[in-house]
Amino acid sequence: MKINKILLMGNPNVGKSAIFSRLTGVKVIISNYPGTTVEFTQGYMKIGQERPMVIDVPGTYTLEPTCKAEDVACRMVEEGGLVINIIDATNLERNLYLTLQLLEKGMPLIVALNMWDDTKHRGIYIDVKKLEEQLGVPVIPTCGLTGEGIKELIDRLEEAKKKDLPASSDSQKWEKIGKIVEGVQKLTHRHHTLLERLEDLSIKPLTGLPIALGIIYCAFWIVRFIGEGLIGYIFEPLFGKLWLPLLMRFSAVLGEGSFLQHVLIGNLIDGKVNFGQSFGVLTTGLYVPIAMVLPYIFSFYLILGLLEDLGYLPRLAVLADNLMHHLGLHGYAIIPFILGLGCNVPGALATRVLEERREKFIAATLMAIAIPCMAQIAMIIGLVGQRGGKYVAIVFLTLFVLLILKGLILNRVLKGASPEILVEIPPYRMPQIQAVIKKLWMRLSGFLKEALPLVLLGVLFVNILYTLKIIDFFAYIFTPVLTGLWGLPKEAISALVVGFLRKDIAVGMLGPLNLSTKQLVVGSTVLAVYFPCIATYIVLIRELGIKDTLKTTSIMIVVALLIGILLNLIL
Amino acid sequence: MIIDLTQMQPGETGIVKEIQGGQGFVRKLQSMGVRPDKKITKVSSHFWRGPQTVEVDNLQIAVGFGMARRIFVEVKR
Repeated sequence: MKINKILLMGNPNVGKSAIFSRLTGVKVIISNYPGTTVEFTQGYMKIGQERPMVIDVPGTYTLEPTCKAEDVACRMVEEGGLVINIIDATNLERNLYLTLQLLEKGMPLIVALNMWDDTKHRGIYIDVKKLEEQLGVPVIPTCGLTGEGIKELIDRLEEAKKKDLPASSDSQKWEKIGKIVEGVQKLTHRHHTLLERLEDLSIKPLTGLPIALGIIYCAFWIVRFIGEGLIGYIFEPLFGKLWLPLLMRFSAVLGEGSFLQHVLIGNLIDGKVNFGQSFGVLTTGLYVPIAMVLPYIFSFYLILGLLEDLGYLPRLAVLADNLMHHLGLHGYAIIPFILGLGCNVPGALATRVLEERREKFIAATLMAIAIPCMAQIAMIIGLVGQRGGKYVAIVFLTLFVLLILKGLILNRVLKGASPEILVEIPPYRMPQIQAVIKKLWMRLSGFLKEALPLVLLGVLFVNILYTLKIIDFFAYIFTPVLTGLWGLPKEAISALVVGFLRKDIAVGMLGPLNLSTKQLVVGSTVLAVYFPCIATYIVLIRELGIKDTLKTTSIMIVVALLIGILLNLIL
Repeated sequence: MIIDLTQMQPGETGIVKEIQGGQGFVRKLQSMGVRPDKKITKVSSHFWRGPQTVEVDNLQIAVGFGMARRIFVEVKR
């Protein structure tokens, strides 16, 4: 049998992605299912001469869809292919429901009994031979974490069988499953592992909340430690010792005062290139995204990836549920917020996990206004941090208070109630290093591919606007707001203009303006609030529709105006 | 004695008797392992009518307070 397409299917949290990364090579593509906003991952594997496509189908409990992701899973089944049904061996009963449904659909099927290593300490014994007889399709015990059984799975792919079971009702299926499980599974005493004890502690409110605060604190401390370390020991020396001398020579070749020198190198400060202030495409344009932002992006996504794969985030969602209810959301909405801290684009995409329009609108609005992305955070720490940690704290505290206030208000004003949480809390699992690195790599290359061109473009754009005196015109128009209300110099308009493109470089543009500490705080806060970057905005339009996006936009403008005035008065 | 899920004590175990609600809600719970005649153990309940966490078949699930009130369980007291 020739295999063209392989669908990896299973319940959520059965380790599908780990098996996916074991089966496929480095090249994986994440795309949207046509006509929907549901993402899936696809890659290719190698069997002899063949290279069949492997699709990591969104996790689903049933083939009667109850949400959008499940709907996509069902449609993929209709399109056909060989199914590797991944089952959590520690949870046979519940997982077999999907298996029976797939068999009734007449899909060629092979079963991977995953988490096999977990069964031992959980005191579960499964007779694989017997299960194979009962189901009538090959069953292979696997462990995505260690790679155990993956080779056998690949070798036996060709044995996948169609069964064409007659359709049966829900209760018939559960009855059948009950019989199968009784016949093949024996439960003995389970030994509590350290991880299982931690599971209990981190979900009980009395111990869970302090643990959550501790984890968040440590996570940010580690992110900063790694980020600063990379900047200080690798990127700054790299730019200062290698790139700077080259640029100085190049600058001399271009000639002092020429247009090209102005655009590519920028202003020389005391006759030298200053990476923070020169503002040329090759100086500040490269330095900001690579030497100031990339190190933080790297460390943030490394820690986030570890927490994700450990299975901590659903617990955080449950613990945050109460607070989030007051903001008109349920606990799971904390996931877009956390992702938004990395980059608002995946944050906005993640609002898809929320089912209702009201909820989506609130989550997207709150995130776009009050959650600064890591690029912006890195720049605020770099720039405002020079004036003292206190001022960095003021900026972030202001944003946090804004988040809570706006949530409270939107929850009051908008019709409808906060929906309730219903979510599985997966057991803790040791992150698989290979999968973490793969994900980190995808996120980093995504940042470089999307952000770098925009930053360079932004610097180029502003330099041209300066040359054409267009910036002066904008500055003239907006002086009443900038100077009158916010107490900023009119030159700050260039930062606001660039902020439409990228927030990191926009914050960077406040640097050369010789602002007072107060002006710097007002400027960075307003920049965070008034508009998300263009990439996020496009996603918002796609996710919310034009009408809701316009509503969000007007909220942003009003909030930016007010918070700028308020900070200007208070500080 | 039959009580709803929110009335169970942490650590208490019971048998699911009835789930009230729409078909989608019932089906979703079923596929997550919560259905009549299944053994269910309360793990914890969060402050101020927060989510209730329960364990079914070795697996933990968090259920919102309002939903939890529509899940009825028989316990021995």
